[in-house]
Amino acid sequence: MMEWETVIGLEIHAQLATKSKIFSGAAIAYGAEPNTQACAIDLGMPGVLPVLNQDAVRMAAMLGLAIGAQVAHRSVFARKNYFYPDLPKGYQISQYELPVVQGGHLTVDLEDGSSKVIGITRAHLEEDAGKSLHEDFQGLSGIDLNRAGTPLLEIVSEPEMRSAKEAVAYMKKLHQLVVYLGICDGNMQEGSFRCDANVSVRRKGAPQFGTRAEIKNLNSFRFVERAIDFEVERQIDLIESGHKVVQETRLYDPDKGETRSMRSKEEANDYRYFPDPDLLPLIVDEAFIEAARAALPELPDAKKQRFAEQYGLSGYDAGVLTVSRELAAFYETVVASLGSEPKLCANWVMGDFSAFLNKENREIADSPVNAEQLAGLLRRIQDRTISGKLAKDVFEAMWAGEGDADTVIEKRGLRQITDTSAIEKVIDDVMAASPDQLAQYRAGKDKLFGFFVGQVMKLSKGKANPQQVNDLLMEKLKG
Amino acid sequence: MHKKTIAQLSAGLAAGEFSSEALTRAFLERVERFNPQLNAFITLTAESALIQARAADERRRQGAAGPLTGVPIVHKDIFCTQGVRTSCGSRILDRFIAPYNATVVEKFNAAGAVMLGKTNMDEFAMGSSNETSFYGPVRNPWDLDAVPGGSSGGSAAAVAARLTPGATGTDTGGSIRQPAALCGITGIKPTYGRVSRWGMIAYASSLDQGGPMARTAEDCALLLAAMAGFDPRDSTCVDRPVPDYAALLDQPLTGLKVGLPKEYFGEGLDSAVAQVVEEAIAEYRRLGAEIVEISLPNSHLAIPAYYVVAPAECSSNLARIDGVRYGHRCENPKDLQDLYTRSRAEGFGAEVQRRILVGTFALSAGYYDAYYLKAQQIRRLISDDFRRAFDQVDVIMGPTSPTVAFNLGEKVDDPITMYLSDIYTIAVNLAGLPGLSLPVGFVGQRPVGLQLIGNYFAEDRLLNVAHRYQQVTDWHSRAPAAFA
Amino acid sequence: MSLGIAEVAKIAHLARLAIRKEDAPAYAHNLSAILELVEQMNAVDTTGVTPMAHPLDMAQRLRMDVVSEANQRELFQAIAPRVEAGLYLVPKVIE
Repeated sequence: MMEWETVIGLEIHAQLATKSKIFSGAAIAYGAEPNTQACAIDLGMPGVLPVLNQDAVRMAAMLGLAIGAQVAHRSVFARKNYFYPDLPKGYQISQYELPVVQGGHLTVDLEDGSSKVIGITRAHLEEDAGKSLHEDFQGLSGIDLNRAGTPLLEIVSEPEMRSAKEAVAYMKKLHQLVVYLGICDGNMQEGSFRCDANVSVRRKGAPQFGTRAEIKNLNSFRFVERAIDFEVERQIDLIESGHKVVQETRLYDPDKGETRSMRSKEEANDYRYFPDPDLLPLIVDEAFIEAARAALPELPDAKKQRFAEQYGLSGYDAGVLTVSRELAAFYETVVASLGSEPKLCANWVMGDFSAFLNKENREIADSPVNAEQLAGLLRRIQDRTISGKLAKDVFEAMWAGEGDADTVIEKRGLRQITDTSAIEKVIDDVMAASPDQLAQYRAGKDKLFGFFVGQVMKLSKGKANPQQVNDLLMEKLKG
Repeated sequence: MHKKTIAQLSAGLAAGEFSSEALTRAFLERVERFNPQLNAFITLTAESALIQARAADERRRQGAAGPLTGVPIVHKDIFCTQGVRTSCGSRILDRFIAPYNATVVEKFNAAGAVMLGKTNMDEFAMGSSNETSFYGPVRNPWDLDAVPGGSSGGSAAAVAARLTPGATGTDTGGSIRQPAALCGITGIKPTYGRVSRWGMIAYASSLDQGGPMARTAEDCALLLAAMAGFDPRDSTCVDRPVPDYAALLDQPLTGLKVGLPKEYFGEGLDSAVAQVVEEAIAEYRRLGAEIVEISLPNSHLAIPAYYVVAPAECSSNLARIDGVRYGHRCENPKDLQDLYTRSRAEGFGAEVQRRILVGTFALSAGYYDAYYLKAQQIRRLISDDFRRAFDQVDVIMGPTSPTVAFNLGEKVDDPITMYLSDIYTIAVNLAGLPGLSLPVGFVGQRPVGLQLIGNYFAEDRLLNVAHRYQQVTDWHSRAPAAFA
Repeated sequence: MSLGIAEVAKIAHLARLAIRKEDAPAYAHNLSAILELVEQMNAVDTTGVTPMAHPLDMAQRLRMDVVSEANQRELFQAIAPRVEAGLYLVPKVIE
């Protein structure tokens, strides 16, 4: 049995979060009526000219800085020429020989707890194409050019991933980063973050890469993993049965869970790249780069490290809490509001709070419980007004809109009993009601201690402070 | 009224000697009467012209008139005009009603000029004789058997025949200067980036530049002042103040250093044309200019480099005209490829298809370096030749075209010979410099043009140098007898 | 370089131009003549010469990220060969 090694490189298209298109002033809102956001420039009318959106450049520079890349002082836009109905000008404006972002790397965390540095070759600015719709037109296709001219940053990795899981880890890390940077909304269903995977296999130790296939249309993390796994199996089967892998573009079919050859792209394309004569070289000066640097938020890795150090959290907890800027900010507001016990805050934010969000598929911004309110609840645990167990009920009530923690505690009479005499009174009642158990306990059956605790808690409706109950019972049962 | 220059018409309108409406009617009548012989127009816009003329008269009554308010002009059919057919001389855009205005058109509208119509041109500005137009050739008013030059041949013929006092043109390899020369009028191709290209249908984007055509340098100055200037819609348009060209026309030429490139006076130049050009240079000497010989050693490479760069850019620029969103679509396409290939083959004429094919080849895998990149390097050498020349001289002079207007049909079947008629104009586009052609005499009935080449953004100097000559000569005021 | 009929056909396909069989020899002839003309460039050694893509030695001007274009679909589609439900229609696109 021969051992195989998988080689994967990813080309990720991140749609930049600008208001207008990369070369025109048309809007880019998702889901508009067909062709209502396609202006004369996007339609490739005769005589129109592109003018580059400076925010697209700023966003590209931000990514470059965040991945430790070179933001090119001079880069060039080129035309990639081919005919396709969703490509109105007959060429796509892209960057070819001189991209705006050159080099860089991303450190990804793998499932086994180790991390790996993946090299990034380049990132370049380009315009998106429109869409062809195939339904309902009696054998014709309908062309919607709303998406034409939407700014994309194509981020190309080195072929340094060795499994589908690594590829997904890289993609997730990049996704996290572009969303952190605020340069992409990361919405994969709407196609704001999509991936083409170059996949090949080779015998372990072989010096050369195998022939690769490019898989298109990967718009979810799950699809990336499945498509790569399928493709790797397919290629190994091909080679082991004496066939060859052909270099081609393949389309992932999520319904069948397989990749298939794209016939229309089989024909060898000759894109005839040349510098776009409508666009002079893009010059990014130091001042521009410094402005982009100043606009950088704290990056995920730095934030994670800071959380671990500042709040004394485990690496895992710090990672979970910094998965998004929103969650991290929420957590920090809870901690600041409570003023202490960051670990308690972490448990609650990662635990009940996240669970409730997930259950209802809500964003933090739409959460019915805000950070200050959560801190208010934790404060009542801290000052022993309620037990941690009752706090869960209170949280659920807060989520349901019954008010803040104090209101719920008051309304439901959940305030913890810490008054010693009151607790003693309950203990006396329990002891009086259970003379047999009392006798057995005093005869040495220590195990019955738990029975008495349970009875006291039951009688106090869970409100008696557990520690005090313990101490007092111990005392009284001695007799 | 048709005999007057724009400057004179402007003065007449200002003095209330005639209204814009009357002026417009007069020119429309001439167009009606003479255009059938010349075929200078593709589309007439008589109705909207009269509306614009009345609006101009009203504006004048309100005291808000500028120098061009109420002055009739025509636009080359390469400039998009909202609501008016903009064909670019091609069948493929025969029914293309532009949905927006070119910046140049907007600027003339804002100045209150009156558009009489859209002029005929070589298809997509590819040609030197106006014979590649889908709408048929234009004839030269000086001799109806002769071509008017191209590609702005309709504009040149219309000005020469006094069907309009001024016109717009575009120049990618000589398309303003060569027809101006062949029709005996004045035309200037400004520095690349001086005039906005927004709405000017692209032939070769790094070479194309719009400019004015009129009878005199003074009129060109008035028109260029209206056309030029910054446009946020064209990122290759230069943000630089527009001089008051008219105010700078009268500077004396004493001490002007004029360079004559020896390469422009060698083999290939018709001897009779050479003689007329030399007489004009002698006139400049009398005006105080110092004439020196210079060399532009890479001149002979301009045409080879141009016929790579321009076709390469056009092959890409014209890809958008595919029968999907506008323009000609073939009948009953059987599939997508059929739609593309047949619509384009039916819509584009032979010369346009030739250039698309040459350009496609020059950019294709395996040939890019040998053709496209090589041409870009030659372009640098040509540009450097000019840079060095302008260290020595203020203006370069020479013939605009190696011959006077040739006969219709004479070169139509031989693209190479046709290409050579732009031998003196093309280098200027490759370098992006301004160039002007002015009438300086005749060979037989047919006019001869003198080309002036200036340094970057020296349009004011070129117009001044041409104007001083026109103050002491009358070639510019001669009219073809049939259209006097 | 001299182009044959097969090469012309290949270029014509890249350029999406349907060339009739009977016109192909004329195109091959004319294109070859044009290439011969442009190959005069080869007489000059351009080693080390920086290619000039553009006459202006300037930086690209950028625009602010502002939505400035309104919906003009009706206007644009009034000149379209075939539209339905706001879409441009073409023969089926096969992927």
